[in-house]
Amino acid sequence: MTVQAGLSEGRHIRLLPFRQVGLGLLGSVGIIALLEVLPRTGAVDRRYLPPASSMAASLGGLLGEADFWTAAGQTIRGWAFGLGLAMLLGVVGGVLIGSVPLLRVLTASTIEFLRPIPSVALIPLVVLIFGSRPQSALILVVYAATWQVLLQVLYGVLDVDPVARDTARSFRFSRWSIVRTVVWPTALPYVVTGFRLAAAVSLILEVTAELVIGVPGLGRSIGVAQSSGAVEETYALVIVVGLIGVAVNLAARAVERRVLRWHPSVRREEA
Amino acid sequence: MNSTDADQGAAAVQPKAPPKPSSQAAVALNIRGLHKVYESHGRRVEAIRDLTFTVDRGQLVCVVGPSGAGKTTLLRCIAGLLDPTRGEIILDGTQVAGPPRGMAVVFQEYGRSLFPWMTVRQNVERPLIEKGMKRDQRRQAVDAALTAVGLSDSHDAHPWQLSGGMQQRVAIARAVAYEPSVLVMDEPFAAVDAQTRAELEDLVRSLWRRLGVTVLFVTHDIDEAVYLGQRVLVLSNRPTVILEDVRIDLPDDRDQLRTRSAPEFGELRGHVYELIQRAKEGHRPSGEPV
Amino acid sequence: MTVLTFGRRLLTALALPLVLLTIWWVLTANSTSFFWPPLSTILRTFPETWFGDRITTDVLPSLARLCTGYLLALVLGIAGGVAIGLSPLLRALTEPSLEFFRAIPPPVLVPVIALFAGYTGSLSKIITITIGCVWPILLNTVEGVRAVDEVLLDTARCYHLRWRSKLVHVILRGASPQIAAGARQALSIAVILMVISELFGANHGLGASVVQFQRSFAIPQMWTGIIVLGLLGVALSAIFRIVEHFALAWYRGVRDADRGV
Repeated sequence: MTVQAGLSEGRHIRLLPFRQVGLGLLGSVGIIALLEVLPRTGAVDRRYLPPASSMAASLGGLLGEADFWTAAGQTIRGWAFGLGLAMLLGVVGGVLIGSVPLLRVLTASTIEFLRPIPSVALIPLVVLIFGSRPQSALILVVYAATWQVLLQVLYGVLDVDPVARDTARSFRFSRWSIVRTVVWPTALPYVVTGFRLAAAVSLILEVTAELVIGVPGLGRSIGVAQSSGAVEETYALVIVVGLIGVAVNLAARAVERRVLRWHPSVRREEA
Repeated sequence: MNSTDADQGAAAVQPKAPPKPSSQAAVALNIRGLHKVYESHGRRVEAIRDLTFTVDRGQLVCVVGPSGAGKTTLLRCIAGLLDPTRGEIILDGTQVAGPPRGMAVVFQEYGRSLFPWMTVRQNVERPLIEKGMKRDQRRQAVDAALTAVGLSDSHDAHPWQLSGGMQQRVAIARAVAYEPSVLVMDEPFAAVDAQTRAELEDLVRSLWRRLGVTVLFVTHDIDEAVYLGQRVLVLSNRPTVILEDVRIDLPDDRDQLRTRSAPEFGELRGHVYELIQRAKEGHRPSGEPV
Repeated sequence: MTVLTFGRRLLTALALPLVLLTIWWVLTANSTSFFWPPLSTILRTFPETWFGDRITTDVLPSLARLCTGYLLALVLGIAGGVAIGLSPLLRALTEPSLEFFRAIPPPVLVPVIALFAGYTGSLSKIITITIGCVWPILLNTVEGVRAVDEVLLDTARCYHLRWRSKLVHVILRGASPQIAAGARQALSIAVILMVISELFGANHGLGASVVQFQRSFAIPQMWTGIIVLGLLGVALSAIFRIVEHFALAWYRGVRDADRGV
């Protein structure tokens, strides 16, 4: 430990890694314990909030049901497919628009206007056309997630060092070559950030579509469980969806760290 | 302190006794037996072994030492940002525990010590509001301080709109407006360019002479320490003790050009330089208990 | 900015949207398709659908729920975020749990809350909006508070800033850029939840109206509803950006100065 680290001793308590993990576990256990005790003592009505143990039991039961795994697979497939499509559209669109100044200027206002339109606005339309087929979910997911990727890629392309680009041009690199050697490496961290944001958004929209429209998947299972009064099962499914969300976030962040580690430029993204 | 030995050559490394204050009230800052040990993960680092010195009211004392000598640790202890393991820090007769009232600190990282969302005026005014000053008094104090540092035109600018030197002036103005008993400066000019540094050094001296504030100035720059101070405390390396308390017998009226080319300056500077070299080699004052 | 430059900028800004609208108009002009009525029809039904009683019976209640839920989330999120951000112990304790709760897709909350009290009143919807959009605010506040510069905090200590001053003038203002980012995310979630919560059990409301149109196959009206929802999103985003522009002007300045602009 250097003197420098000690200098912060007075104010910041730098916790050891395993102490941090230990406290985290303690906190989680604490919340689970709370969820166990409150319903059991009657502080909260058991019908609305069952004890953690019965939620866990229901979860265990779910893991043995084929229907559950089918639904989980449908959710994950829809998420992955939508995310992939969004990445494709976002990257291609972003590079294209970012590289052509005229396009950038022309589309700026349109993008600013369309971006804040909530995806839920499309739900009635999508329901009319596709009903509760997976295509409904796909459209919602792609709509919402593409914006995340597109905007990040635009930031990335705009961040390209003009000197580097001019150098490449003066060496008569082809357009495609310039994109490959100058634009892409600069934009890569942004692309990865866009991936992380899009991954989270895709999951949210996928589950939303399943819940609200009835597209097959975990979201629909939650809706069905709730309306049929299967309280423990509802919570168990919510927990599963939460865990999938955590997994998606962690994986996306791991990918981001990996890619950014060897990338020379380090910059902060906007949330 | 009154012997001329310390001012000559490099042979004398006898630590001089700290100057005896004429009366207790004339002592602004009294450090006794300061001792700081960092303990973490089973490792024990003794940063400061024993620092004992006084700063009389109205004095300008500089502190120099080799890198890693614990200058910043000393400063943070004095500023109350760090608790010493042992020892006493007495400001105006009261022991320091936590940041003392009556002390203002100017940090090295000027850019980070000014509030970016406040204007220059608001930055200088904030401590005065906390002090409970009335609005009219505050306005006067702020105007006076900013004029004193030469920034009478920048009241409504934001810190990030100013150059590094100007930002440090704002920090100095803020400290000065606070009317502290002791002004502590932690390598304040380390991060500015040489030309600006010269201007700021002169600014500190002129403020010191005009306002009569007591100044403790920590720096790694030997020339700066000799140019500015009435005394220069030379620290050993870790575990830090005072190697020597060098009295600077240069005239009070100092000037970048004349003073720095005066032979006495060269001798003093050489003496301090030699001390630092020895400190880097691990030289300890004779008679130090092991 | 000269008149010419302003004119040119306006033209480029409007060019693509006008083109798109024209295409939409022309393509659907003589449409007999069920799902894609002519744009002219849609625009014609706009006033009669929305500019009547509907404003007070549907639009305003929805907006009121949205605002209440969002403001509540702001208060809770910022308060909680400051508390957790300032205490490493609290942060270590709560971090995994918070990661879990924020990963739950907000709309999933609706059935959970529906379990508690049915879903007909306004309260359940406000609670849904609050719980759904508090997470980005909370987590971003924690990040922002942690990122407040150490030197600033030392300065605040040295100059004896009182606790309340430190909180307002140093911590909250220092964390405000990050908090704003979280608040922006939360706003879009709030809008989504406003609509979805109404899909689940409301007779009155913006989302409820649109769904009713859809279920009763009142297609042009449904389209107007979609447009209104879109405009709502755009309007809220514009308001947010205006507020942010003024409140965070200093932050833009710092960033530009850092970048050497």
